[in-house]
Amino acid sequence: MRARQRPGAWVYAVLVGVLGASVFPLYWSFVVSTRDNSAIGETSPLLLPGGHLFENVRRVFDTVDFWLAIGNSLIVSGTVMVSNVVLASLAGFAFARLRFRGRNTLFLLVVGSAMVPAQLGVIPLYLVIGDLGWYGRLEAVIVPGLVSAFSVFWMRQACENAISADLVDAATVDGCSVLRTYWHVAVPALRPQAAVLAMLTFMATWNDYFWPLVVLDPNETPTVQVALSQLASGYYTDYALMLTGATVGVLPVIVLFLLLGRYIVRGILKGAPV
Amino acid sequence: MQHRLARFDRKVTPLLLIAPFFGLFVVFGAFPLLYTIWVSLHDWNLLDGDQGYRGLANYGELLTDPRFYNALANTVGIFLLAAVPEFLLALGIAALLDRPLRGATWWRTGILLPNVVSVVAIGLVFGQLFSRDYGVVNEVLGWFGVAPINWQATTWSSHVAVASMVLWRWTGYNALIYLSAMQAVPADLYEAAALDGASRWRTFWSITVPGIRPALAFTAIAGTVNGLQLFAEPQLFDAGGSGGTGGNDRQFQTLTMYLYEKGFTHFDAGYAAALTWVLFVICAVFALVNYRLVRRFVRAA
Repeated sequence: MRARQRPGAWVYAVLVGVLGASVFPLYWSFVVSTRDNSAIGETSPLLLPGGHLFENVRRVFDTVDFWLAIGNSLIVSGTVMVSNVVLASLAGFAFARLRFRGRNTLFLLVVGSAMVPAQLGVIPLYLVIGDLGWYGRLEAVIVPGLVSAFSVFWMRQACENAISADLVDAATVDGCSVLRTYWHVAVPALRPQAAVLAMLTFMATWNDYFWPLVVLDPNETPTVQVALSQLASGYYTDYALMLTGATVGVLPVIVLFLLLGRYIVRGILKGAPV
Repeated sequence: MQHRLARFDRKVTPLLLIAPFFGLFVVFGAFPLLYTIWVSLHDWNLLDGDQGYRGLANYGELLTDPRFYNALANTVGIFLLAAVPEFLLALGIAALLDRPLRGATWWRTGILLPNVVSVVAIGLVFGQLFSRDYGVVNEVLGWFGVAPINWQATTWSSHVAVASMVLWRWTGYNALIYLSAMQAVPADLYEAAALDGASRWRTFWSITVPGIRPALAFTAIAGTVNGLQLFAEPQLFDAGGSGGTGGNDRQFQTLTMYLYEKGFTHFDAGYAAALTWVLFVICAVFALVNYRLVRRFVRAA
């Protein structure tokens, strides 16, 4: 008889507390971004925004080339997102619903490669990128991310759940080619999970920091995260400037999340990689 | 003819479908991984290339390097400070979310919010929250008569601050993973427990927690791998101040920060490559230990 009765008020009270803790740092970032840096300590009451938001935003755009950074981040995240969805759905379909030699071994390799920390190959990867002549170019962050092990894993799981094996077999018996089967059977069924993967990939790429910091040119080809970190490396600590940047940089992801976050939650609850 | 074409299609097309992943994996994943071994055996300048074979000298240097042990201790310390409360909180939140709530989706979405915020933004925002003069944390502590703390200055205080960023970012995500597993625990187990008159607390520890063991193992491993790669949060916690060395005495320099310093500021690629392998071994050992701990913890419960 699991918890058939409605939970009491204390449950909601605790959850409100948890939610408050989740939102507060973001709200605080917004508050600081509306204040004059020199008056940051004097402004009271503590939690109310001030009137300097637009001035601070202008300062952010004057300090770093934020438009360029946003453009670069959109190009990188958009490309990586589309390519992950396409390539991972093809591979996931093959792993879930097609029979070929070495399938299980190869899939184990996919899973295994997902467990290896990304930092492990970073030194030689840097050398490889140099050999390709990609230092300071967006290819350096796009191409290595075109399809991740996580994406393949995610789409395989989605295929297992959404596509009937019998249907695929029937299509094959009827002489339908593999690609036609993918297009007519898999693609329509995969749409919801593919959309969730698209969002996860977009956000993860948008938020990526270590590798872009290492391989891109912070002046010529910054991403949003690299530009943000530049804001923090001034001579003195200008919190209003830094947190205005953080607020602006976080905004696209937050908007996306507010619009579509419940699908991500549903995706995690249904197809969590466990 | 058509028959043969169809057979060819069935045999070869699947391989073509998985080829892009493996192609990229070989070039940008497997090859660098193996190449790291080669680089780690050389005196290798990141910009000027190979300066000669050194055998295991990079590893020898590493194992006698006090800064390496400092970074290792910081990384593990921050990881533990974050992981234990994170685990308990996530478990508790998941248990609450597993009840028939009004607006369930809304609550679930809300707790995931921190997870989509970039680590750079987290580092900057928490850097301000924990700043000595105008930070909210000191302000609140001040209400209780605590003198302002210079969070960046000492080992323990900087570790607490950085751990709080990790905690903030991952608790909601872990709670959702646990919730996902909780919903799959068979209802008849709960009915049996209710018939036996088990309390809710008892039911939680003897049925729910063992029932979500795979999810616990997953978060233990993923959390370890993420925790040991910690970089942006501590790096930006004292941005500007110490130039990425994690405080004046490196009191919060993590292993990945040290890797960055060695590889990309000193251009000592050979040493950094050795460091990545050691980091990998530590990751693997820790993941295994954590996995074991979770299993034992669950069995004892």
